Amino acid sequence: MLIGIPKEPMVGETRVAATPKTVAQLIQLGFDVCIESCAGLAANFDDASYQAAGASINTNTKAVYQSDLVLKVNPLLEHPSQQCHELDLLKQGGHLISFMAPAQNEDQLKQLAERNITAMSMESVPRISRSQSMDALSSMANIGGYRAVIEAAHHFGRFFTGQITAAGKVPPAKVLIIGAGVAGLAALGAAGSLGAIVRAFDTRPEVKEQINSMGAEFLEVEIEEESGSGDGYAKVMSKAFIEAEMALFAEQAKDVDVIITTAMIPGKPAPKLITADMVASMTAGSVIVDLAAGGGGNCDLTQPGEVITTDNGVTVIGYTDMPARLPSQASQLYGTNLVNLLKLLCPEKDGKLAIDFEDPIMRGVTITKDGAVTWPAPPIQVAAAPTKQAEDSAPIEPAKQEMPAPVKYGLGAAGLALVAWIALNAPAAFLGHFTVFVLACIIGYYVVWNVSHALHTPLMAITNAVSGIIIVGALLQVGDELNLVSILALISVLIASINIAGGFYVTKRMLKMFQK
Amino acid sequence: MLAGMVITAYIIAAVLFIMALGGLSQQESAKRGIWFGIVGMGIALAATLLSPKVMGLTTGLSYIIIAMLIGAAIGIYMAKRVAMTEMPELVAILHSFVGLAAVFVGINSYLDHAQDLTPVMQNIHLVEVFLGVFIGAVTFTGSLVAFGKLRGIMSSKALNLPHRHKLNLLALLVSAVLLVQFVIQGGNDTYLVIMAIIAFVFGWHLVASIGGADMPVVVSMLNSYSGWAAAAAGFLLGNDLLIVTGALVGSSGAILSYIMCRAMNRSFISVIAGGFGNDPITTDDEEEGEVQPTNAEEVASLLVNAKSVVITPGYGMAVAQAQYQVQDITQKLRAQGVEVRFGIHPVAGRLPGHMNVLLAEAKVPYDIVLEMDEINNDFANTDVVLVIGANDTVNPASKKPGSPIAGMPVLEVWHAKNVIVFKRGMASGYAGVQNPLFFMGNTKMLFGDAKASSDQIASHI
Repeated sequence: MLIGIPKEPMVGETRVAATPKTVAQLIQLGFDVCIESCAGLAANFDDASYQAAGASINTNTKAVYQSDLVLKVNPLLEHPSQQCHELDLLKQGGHLISFMAPAQNEDQLKQLAERNITAMSMESVPRISRSQSMDALSSMANIGGYRAVIEAAHHFGRFFTGQITAAGKVPPAKVLIIGAGVAGLAALGAAGSLGAIVRAFDTRPEVKEQINSMGAEFLEVEIEEESGSGDGYAKVMSKAFIEAEMALFAEQAKDVDVIITTAMIPGKPAPKLITADMVASMTAGSVIVDLAAGGGGNCDLTQPGEVITTDNGVTVIGYTDMPARLPSQASQLYGTNLVNLLKLLCPEKDGKLAIDFEDPIMRGVTITKDGAVTWPAPPIQVAAAPTKQAEDSAPIEPAKQEMPAPVKYGLGAAGLALVAWIALNAPAAFLGHFTVFVLACIIGYYVVWNVSHALHTPLMAITNAVSGIIIVGALLQVGDELNLVSILALISVLIASINIAGGFYVTKRMLKMFQK
Repeated sequence: MLAGMVITAYIIAAVLFIMALGGLSQQESAKRGIWFGIVGMGIALAATLLSPKVMGLTTGLSYIIIAMLIGAAIGIYMAKRVAMTEMPELVAILHSFVGLAAVFVGINSYLDHAQDLTPVMQNIHLVEVFLGVFIGAVTFTGSLVAFGKLRGIMSSKALNLPHRHKLNLLALLVSAVLLVQFVIQGGNDTYLVIMAIIAFVFGWHLVASIGGADMPVVVSMLNSYSGWAAAAAGFLLGNDLLIVTGALVGSSGAILSYIMCRAMNRSFISVIAGGFGNDPITTDDEEEGEVQPTNAEEVASLLVNAKSVVITPGYGMAVAQAQYQVQDITQKLRAQGVEVRFGIHPVAGRLPGHMNVLLAEAKVPYDIVLEMDEINNDFANTDVVLVIGANDTVNPASKKPGSPIAGMPVLEVWHAKNVIVFKRGMASGYAGVQNPLFFMGNTKMLFGDAKASSDQIASHI
């Protein structure tokens, strides 16, 4: 099967769907790879390096799009140099893997289905542990988070780290990160390693541990609410929670120098978290980076794709192409995600796709197949919230079966009655033995509870040996005459001797092995 | 020897036996404890042999000496030969001997007792005979079945006869009726024989219907029975030494059974009634997924780079005889400054404390071998956990209500950063429950024989 890698036609896009490294991996999977000339230039991969990895270079854009499988980065759009839509360039009955934004492009899905194109959308990779290696959203978010900090540092007129110099003391920058998803955590790490004081907020309390693990402070609001939606993303919160949250942000805005927002809710516009008033309350020179700019922005003032400076000197960065600003790295990570997906799709390594709808990953990514739109896939649940687990395990503990009180007292009374009956009826000789028996049981109880757990097997072996004491009874039954009684008694003597000797010997052997 | 001397000797022996068990409370005093036991036994035997009754024998005495010598030789031979992994079988077969001896002693006492008993004493004596034979017989066949199951001669699956509880109850009821008739008639050979047969079958069925996973409980339960059998014989013969020893052994076995049952969060009755090990309920495959295989080299490098390692062995280690290789890994890692500890689940293996004995055999220092409760909180700070041939005892499904092993306390290995599971294949454990641990993100599977795998890892460290 021939894989075609076109040059991304979107203005400003620097990424490419394959790098020389991933090309070599694709070829190992049995595919042929054809790269449009100059496709990787913006990401610092020249045609020669692709050729060296085994790909063919084609200058004809149309021919590349006519490959059996086209790998792309961005959703389909009007191709500027070909005077037609990318949709029309694709081969009928072919395959396409790319970011597709299926929620926003339902018309496009229908058109793809009409052309019998099998399309897979990288946004639709289900978030389960097995598919982490294919999760392009996460790998892009990771880059975005890092870059957001770099952009902020670039526009921020001060150090991030605090210093005490001969020319005076430099205070560290305070960074607030809203939303501790992949991007948020990456930003947290980057800002922290630049030396800033980092705080983070997230509606999901279960990420507290992750935030703390990155050395940042987790800000909390005093409202209990269940916020994991079961699919690994946050969900829309209640009004009371949002009010408390906004109050927290308003207070923080006055204090911090940099705010990085990453709050996104899938399929919905980004929530407005930083109001114009909050921006106005920030000190001059502060920077806001809105990673949710593509979804409308978390800040009222965000202009998607633009950097603006407010009247009070606050810079609001609304770049929507953060990952594209690290093109080589982004292309490499995205390309690897694609290779991992193709490894799953092509288990035989024969360059043929085997799409199995029983597999939740393949089902999830496939948005059109066999002339039909198959998006959205039925939901699969992942990521049980830790709070829930705690609830689950709690009721197990008290499940110990306690004897109901009447039964307990009943048994006690029956026991007493039995003892009383024995005491009244049995002769003194028997009672003497009975006393010994009861006392021995009690001694045994205390002695055995003291035995260390590790010595339970030796305990068993030694009790085994000791119970060979029955030999004493047998010995007294042996007579001079070899009648039935004597023979039975002698057999008992013999096997009880086995018990005594074997039991003690094996106990000794075992104990000899215990050493410090 | 005078009768008074004999009784005094018995008292000394009884005290020494108690001290022997008491010595087992600590590793250091355990070795001394066993000498108490041996000396106690020696005194008891010497006193009995020197007692007027035995000293009065002529040919009988030589028979006795021969029988004892043969028995001792067989016993030492067996004990020398047995591999530590075969301990459970040896213990089970030894129990059966006590049971059989109790049956014989009981029958003998019935056939040949003093004639001048008062009617009350006569009745008591008959009850004692009956009970002694009954308990002895149940112990005998029960232990034989346990031996067969542990040895693999018999299927370790629980036998599941229809109405098995009713059958057991019927056996008990019939025996009770026979007991009453036996006593009323002042002894009746036929009843005694019928009861003995019923007891033999009852003991066989009782253990046959308990699954392999419950063997630790069964073995300790039989231990307890053998003690009660000895105590019953003591009542029969009016011998306090037998009573004391029997009671000690009986309560020891009962307590061990109780500890084992608690470790599995199940009631003693439900284990004895049987059936648990038999339900191959594989939970619905919602937790199924892909496992991540790994290889010895990777595991070795993971171990070398770890700060803290916990090894949780199970019956699989015993089967593969991998304890020496495991100790090899332990030594090498400790030499490199890695903290290595062992976490032992109370029911790991087929005997209480089975794993401890195996590790001790391989000379793993016992102060790094910890119990489940001691180590469970430490897993979160552990870099690597090696699960060697354990399954049900590390199964997170036990935290889920509705699972067949729900509520059983387990080693919570999944809190560790990395979990390596040594396993021959993907079969489920004795409880027949699928183990979600295998599909967790931090779990890697090292397939193959535990001994060979451990060997390879050790060579890469």
